[in-house]
Amino acid sequence: MTTILADLNYWVTVFLLVGGLYIVVAHGNMIKKLVGLSIFQTSVYLLFISPGKVLGGTAPIIAEGFDVYSNPLPHVLILTAIVVGVATIALGLALVVRIHKSYGTIEEDELHDLESDA
Amino acid sequence: MIAAHLPALQVVIPLIAAPLCAILRRGTAAWVIAVAANWLAFAVSIGLLFRVLDEGVISYAMGGWAPPIGIEYRVDLINVFVLLVVSGVGAAIIPFARKGTEARFDSTNQAWFYTMYLLALTGLLGVTITGDAFNIFVFLEISSLASYVMIAMGRDKRALTAAYQYLIMGTVGATFIVIGIGLLWAMTGTLNLYDLAQRIPDIENTRPVLAALAFLTVGISLKLALFPLHLWLPNAYAYAPAVTSAFLAGTATKVGIYLLLRFFFTVFGGGGFFLSTPLPEMFLVLSIVAIFAASTVALFQNNVKRMFAYSSVAQIGFITLGISYATETGLTAALVHLMNHAIMKAGIFMLLGCVIYRLASMRIDDMAGIGRKMPFTMAGIVILGLSLIGAPGTSGFISKFWLVLAAMENGQWWLVALIVIASLITMLYVGRLVEAAYFREPSEKAKNVREAPLAMLIPAYVLVAATIYLGLDTTWSAGLAQDAAASLLSAAY
Amino acid sequence: MMRDTIILRVVTKLLLPVILIFALYVQFHGDYGPGGGFQAGVAAAAAIILYGMVFGIPAAQHVISKSVVQIMIPLGVLIFAGTGVAGLLLGENYLNYSPFGSHSEAGQHLGILIVEAGVFITVASTMLAIFYGFGGLADEADAAAAEKSEESEE
Repeated sequence: MTTILADLNYWVTVFLLVGGLYIVVAHGNMIKKLVGLSIFQTSVYLLFISPGKVLGGTAPIIAEGFDVYSNPLPHVLILTAIVVGVATIALGLALVVRIHKSYGTIEEDELHDLESDA
Repeated sequence: MIAAHLPALQVVIPLIAAPLCAILRRGTAAWVIAVAANWLAFAVSIGLLFRVLDEGVISYAMGGWAPPIGIEYRVDLINVFVLLVVSGVGAAIIPFARKGTEARFDSTNQAWFYTMYLLALTGLLGVTITGDAFNIFVFLEISSLASYVMIAMGRDKRALTAAYQYLIMGTVGATFIVIGIGLLWAMTGTLNLYDLAQRIPDIENTRPVLAALAFLTVGISLKLALFPLHLWLPNAYAYAPAVTSAFLAGTATKVGIYLLLRFFFTVFGGGGFFLSTPLPEMFLVLSIVAIFAASTVALFQNNVKRMFAYSSVAQIGFITLGISYATETGLTAALVHLMNHAIMKAGIFMLLGCVIYRLASMRIDDMAGIGRKMPFTMAGIVILGLSLIGAPGTSGFISKFWLVLAAMENGQWWLVALIVIASLITMLYVGRLVEAAYFREPSEKAKNVREAPLAMLIPAYVLVAATIYLGLDTTWSAGLAQDAAASLLSAAY
Repeated sequence: MMRDTIILRVVTKLLLPVILIFALYVQFHGDYGPGGGFQAGVAAAAAIILYGMVFGIPAAQHVISKSVVQIMIPLGVLIFAGTGVAGLLLGENYLNYSPFGSHSEAGQHLGILIVEAGVFITVASTMLAIFYGFGGLADEADAAAAEKSEESEE
């Protein structure tokens, strides 16, 4: 139990990672797939952010009375990764809208039938 | 003064050109900017090549922050080789893009198309030139997002589902890559590739580092469409606009190969570590399966573009086959084929674009008898097809020669036989197209077509000429690749 | 429609200036503490989006039209990339802002201010573009549904 608690961040990371990936693979609905993708990406944010925290450290702004600072690098990296994630989801949803307009469905198996007819 | 800033200019030129195209929103102006930017980028790569040959590895500190604090652009022989391929293939494609996009999009959408093209180029050049692991991910996503849009702009509505599928698989791949990078960062405390290469050998057998290697391998393999992770590729290439197919076939997967080489050999310390993992056997098997499975599937395609898309999966198998040896000859073969395949596949997709421009169809039956109607287009496809098979006098022969040499060096004669058989299958599917185009009566659709306009043929023929030239003179392909392979194996960076 | 609810309308009008000022605070405080163009851009866009949600997208587009947004996205990128080029022209490495001021610290300060302005413009306009893009769909769907129900009534 204590080992699980000590590595709690990694457990959560793995849970989100596997859960997200499962949704991407298992669901045929294109929007649900994007939701899964988003969860999957969130796991990475946690993976980066959690080792950056230095216990007892403050925000990395030099001030008197503090000499332990948390690592600011992962926050910058993950801010970038979040932006990439937002862009991906926005583009994905835009594609889904266009697909719905042209095919009238966003279920993958129905799409598959429609495409093999064409 | 300019020579010192070449590494930055390589990425900055297309990066600045992209928003300019978007602001102007006039198709013609955007095209002029795109051509200028791409040709300049090509010139910059050539300049970088000469600088690297002169003075060895170039390090450029972004923003004047010395590495490893700041982001470093680091150019060595391997980078510059891939930079040349990417910007060179792009430089040939972009003049070609004019006619096709003009016929299909209004002026504003043309400008958006060129914006996306330039962003994709920026991303790919950035991935190749940067010496920072996280920067690789950011540039990779810039190029991927732009290429999803470029695919979705295809005329067939199936382009939309193809783009969606690529988006899902590409994002999963990119996320795997970041996870790998994150684990490496957590273990070493650095994101600079050079620093990583220094620190990893001490901890290379710890579990997080091995897990990082696994994540990176799967993620990058998704991006480069290694069998069985290639599922996004056939539809994406088949239904995208011809310019997109040519550009992606010539550059995107090739940059994936570069990443594989960079991580396997530079970051994880030379050939020794790679050989100590199960990766070589895995890549050997997957490559052979890729070559045979994809070639066989290609045989039965009725959509010619799809046929050549499957052929791309097979050809990527040849490249990864070279990597799996982890010998100097094998890596040379991989790099040579990287360049040669980029040039010939981009050429083939451009010439197929010419056919679509006139015929508005990609079905092999509609293409019957087209050899007489579009003699130059088809002649080009035949020459490039011969190169794909590996006929002497074309660059494809050089690739196969090095691959066979690498197999013989390892004493794997059965592999030599397999490579020859694979070439025969290639001959069969190229032959199917040739048979239809030259020996059948023109189809209903083909009766009224004319030769493609020169503005499309000339850029394509530049690549045809390059294919023949690289089949006769290998100074710039195999010569460079050999030195690059040697530096990969010794993990010099 | 939400515009019929008087509480929402009044509260929105009261909130808008606060949100915008907060966005500017985050923007300019970014030099000294947590903050910057990114967060500020999102906050500023949130103000317009809130306005659009309560008063309807056409009203929001009256404030910032679609074509302005489409110009602003590449403009911000150009400002960002162009600042880097300015450093290059002044003889330093790309994105090195030191030569902008009398001493390197002042130069860095000015440089980051301009870059953050570029980021602000692009992020805010991209958020708006996404909102207009998807929000417009809802209006289209409403219109289509209204048409349908009219047809069925006939």
